[in-house]
Amino acid sequence: MIPSPAELGHLSLWLAAAAALVMAAAPVRPALVGLARPAAVAHGLLLLCAYAAMTHAFLVSDFSVSLVATNSHTAKPLLYRLTGVWANHEGSMLLWVLILGVAGLAVALARMPLGETFRARTLGSLGVVALGFLAFLLFASNPFARLDPAPPEGMGLNPLLQDPGLAFHPPTLYVGYVGLVVAFALAVAALLDGKVGPAWARATRPWVTLAWAFLTMGIALGSWWAYYELGWGGWWFWDPVENAALMPWLAATALLHSIRVLETRDALRNWTLMLAIAGFTFSMLGTFIVRSGLLTSVHAFAVDPTRGLFLLVLLLGLTGWALLVWALRAPKVAEGARFAMTSREGVLVVNNLLLMALLAIVFIGTLYPMALEAWNGRQISVGPPYFNATTVPLIVLLAVLMGVGPFLAWKRGTTSGLSRRLLLPGLVATASAGAMLALFGVSGLLALLGVAASAWLAVASLQLLLRRGLTFGRAGTALAHLGVAVSILGATASGALQREALVSIPLGDGFALSGFTVTLDDVAPRAGPNWTALEATLSVTRDGAPVATLRPQSRTYTSPPMETTEAGIAMWRAGDLYAVLGKPDGSGRWQVHFWVKPLIHFIWWGAVLMALGAVVALGGALRLGALARRRRALPAPPAAVPLPAE
Amino acid sequence: MAGRTVSAKSQRLILAGLALVAIVGAGLVAIPALEGTATYFYAPSDLAANPPEPGARIRLGGLVKDGSVVREDEGLTLAFTVTDGARETRVRYTGIVPDLFREGQGVVATGRIGPDGGFVADHLLAKHDETYMPPEVAKSLGRTGMMHQTGSLAE
Repeated sequence: MIPSPAELGHLSLWLAAAAALVMAAAPVRPALVGLARPAAVAHGLLLLCAYAAMTHAFLVSDFSVSLVATNSHTAKPLLYRLTGVWANHEGSMLLWVLILGVAGLAVALARMPLGETFRARTLGSLGVVALGFLAFLLFASNPFARLDPAPPEGMGLNPLLQDPGLAFHPPTLYVGYVGLVVAFALAVAALLDGKVGPAWARATRPWVTLAWAFLTMGIALGSWWAYYELGWGGWWFWDPVENAALMPWLAATALLHSIRVLETRDALRNWTLMLAIAGFTFSMLGTFIVRSGLLTSVHAFAVDPTRGLFLLVLLLGLTGWALLVWALRAPKVAEGARFAMTSREGVLVVNNLLLMALLAIVFIGTLYPMALEAWNGRQISVGPPYFNATTVPLIVLLAVLMGVGPFLAWKRGTTSGLSRRLLLPGLVATASAGAMLALFGVSGLLALLGVAASAWLAVASLQLLLRRGLTFGRAGTALAHLGVAVSILGATASGALQREALVSIPLGDGFALSGFTVTLDDVAPRAGPNWTALEATLSVTRDGAPVATLRPQSRTYTSPPMETTEAGIAMWRAGDLYAVLGKPDGSGRWQVHFWVKPLIHFIWWGAVLMALGAVVALGGALRLGALARRRRALPAPPAAVPLPAE
Repeated sequence: MAGRTVSAKSQRLILAGLALVAIVGAGLVAIPALEGTATYFYAPSDLAANPPEPGARIRLGGLVKDGSVVREDEGLTLAFTVTDGARETRVRYTGIVPDLFREGQGVVATGRIGPDGGFVADHLLAKHDETYMPPEVAKSLGRTGMMHQTGSLAE
């Protein structure tokens, strides 16, 4: 009898665990070092097989696989059958190890200027992490568990997850997490070798840049999804699940900057290694927070306590091991080069300290409720009032420094010419804040500071972009910094200039809000492939001229049965008109919540610019490495590690 | 060269010190901010036994009592009773009602105790899907022995 693809997938998973064990063991004895590469290749290919088998089960709706029966349905569109593989607990963990496996494959096959022992040690750390996650999959969340007899039809996918924004949010985030795991594995190998310097930084920086770009996009996708799909009108809720992704991003941002110092100036050695370990720890913590279900959250997923415990043990084991390696080996790393505090390194150190402070604030706010409940049983929730009051001043300060840093020289403490360069950003910043105050009557101090900081950083970044002798690296920095400025402007303006109205009106009636007139023309039933809905037609005019027609829905899905709110959104200039329809209450009146959100798109455009900046910098790092190789005909190993084809 | 080494070492110490200052400083900013802004969770029984400070923002959770939901204010305001099996609290909420809000199901309302002793909510969180209930509500219901009454809590 031929075993079914699902059985082969299950077998592949076990064989991948065996390969991971070989990877983890190979660096221990010199005789075994040669096994690391073949084991990593086998590990990556086996995980590809396992993932392909699961995808096959979803595509053909093989309901004998429990996961498919619980999360899929024959009527589900093809795209969501593909993405449905990871839109559930077991499948998303399978995707996590798959990406880790592909990263291992890339490390095994890429050029490794730091030597085969170093490569084996890197793969060894990846093997340890993979082993932990494969054990979790096989013993506590087996995605290939079977049902006998197979049910005739599946239960369907949570309709909130049937959405392109969310479909691609987890894989993007996971590539970011795994990129940080690779940076961590490279850091452990460097600690064991004791060779931490520019060559190591050159090999590691592409991974960090890649991880950062994907984390940025992953967080932005999640925020965008929450904005248009949840229908709450907000774009960031300081929810523990959001913070779980934000913390690794903050650590990765600090690492991205300190590794640049290490590469160029051979300074901040131990600090950079510590950040690589912190990035890994927060990636693990992020996975734990999302997957353990310990937190009250808009999307707390797994609620099985044994899984939570297994993940907690895994988290503590892996991070404990990471910190132990660091504590034992870090004192042996020699001091790096010195520098003046008004040099570029100096400002990057301050940048790192601010990012660490932000990370600590987010960490305390996210974990404090859990700790308090464990301590005395009191249940509290920490929300936007805490996070906004504590993080916004630090972000403004960071933005101000980001405008200055790229103009400073490495090593030297000279600041001549700086005031001339910063004159224009300063003038534009003052003028923008003044315009907000005078034209729009915005008087909140933080809002004015936000606009000023954004204008300051935008002008300084544009100046950087327009300076002579533009390199890939500098263009990347300028674009990413410009992206931060754009995002800050979007966040500040959409908050400070937002207007909203909540009304209960009969058909044909309307209301006015900040220059707009909104009329409820109709409420009618609509039907989609797997849902029915009540759809309102709201026509919006401004000064008598039609601006947009909004069609918010109150939707009911059939499999599984579930009601959702679909916001009616229309772009207006760089912002949105956003409407939500309430449930019918039988009185003939309809509740409508209507918002005007100026410039809100800037938040996500800024994130796209940041990721684009990272890609430009990455391209620069890789191409310059290739050029140097060709010119010098390989006297010394200059190159960067080529990246996996993502 | 010896002098340089010492300087590099002291620079490392300065950096470590600065990092410590940044983290401790963040903690010193964070803890008072937490004390000032955290919202405590109350079940109706907790409100009676241990009332919050007047005007404090809290979260109130429990089950929406069957037959208690009415509309006021031309449909804009929703009034309902939250129960944990032992005690009840009347809640008024103005805004769009979440998709999964319904009688007999779990809800967490964020807001303040009004002057009339009722609860004025500005935010409602209902169950996120059919098999999930806010953990605090499940716990507080477990305390009052009401867990068995709703089938979905078996999850």
